[in-house]
Amino acid sequence: MSVKLTTRQVGDVTVVDAVGRITLGEAATTFRDTLRQLVGSGHKKLLLNLADVSYIDSSGIGEMVSGYTTVNNQGGQVKLLNLTKRVKDLLQITKLYTVFEVFEDESSAVSSFK
Amino acid sequence: METKTIEHTFSSTLESVDEAEEIVLKEATELGFEEEDQHKIGISVRECMVNAVVHGNRYNTKKKVHLTVLRSPGTLEIRIGDEGEFFDRSQLPDPLADENLLRHSGRGLLLMQAFMDEFQIRPREPNGTEVKLVKHTAKAG
Repeated sequence: MSVKLTTRQVGDVTVVDAVGRITLGEAATTFRDTLRQLVGSGHKKLLLNLADVSYIDSSGIGEMVSGYTTVNNQGGQVKLLNLTKRVKDLLQITKLYTVFEVFEDESSAVSSFK
Repeated sequence: METKTIEHTFSSTLESVDEAEEIVLKEATELGFEEEDQHKIGISVRECMVNAVVHGNRYNTKKKVHLTVLRSPGTLEIRIGDEGEFFDRSQLPDPLADENLLRHSGRGLLLMQAFMDEFQIRPREPNGTEVKLVKHTAKAG
């Protein structure tokens, strides 16, 4: 199973709802391309909703980090919403909890963007 | 339950990663690992297989990836070997150093080490690298 990404607009924040697994191969590529397309078309406030992401491997983490860097370099922001315990554990093991802003409530996440 | 050894040889493709994960998870389930531990075993096998295919064998179709699964009561031992060059882990950047946190790759070994009870890298004869991963069931302590 790969990953399915859908986007929706909440004010000036683009919420990306992800469902499935973000692993090496097609899923990681889809994830990378989607983030690059969004920021390339001017969407610079991105909120990744990972509530329905069951599995991320190190390649998926790599794409999240690349997306974060790409968006930041273009003056945008990427934040994370609704992490499962497994994804939280991954971010703690890799120390990426210190990099990403993480929210458990969508309205708080949306209002946190400047 | 008796001990059981399973051996498989895979081609150096990403499809082999899924196949290996499936084989190991079947054994882990039968051995009685809980769902969370199955997840940890599965992701460790994926990371290890990806390293063997991508970094070890570099997708070379002439080179194989070797999987050995040893089941004994309460313990699952997994060995994954490639036919590339042995790599020296000490030469790899520390993925937890502040200056490396935003690197795209280099976290696979860290995840295996975190998720498994034992983790060992050694040279494989006659060539390549072999990684040994061991996980004990909760009942085995």
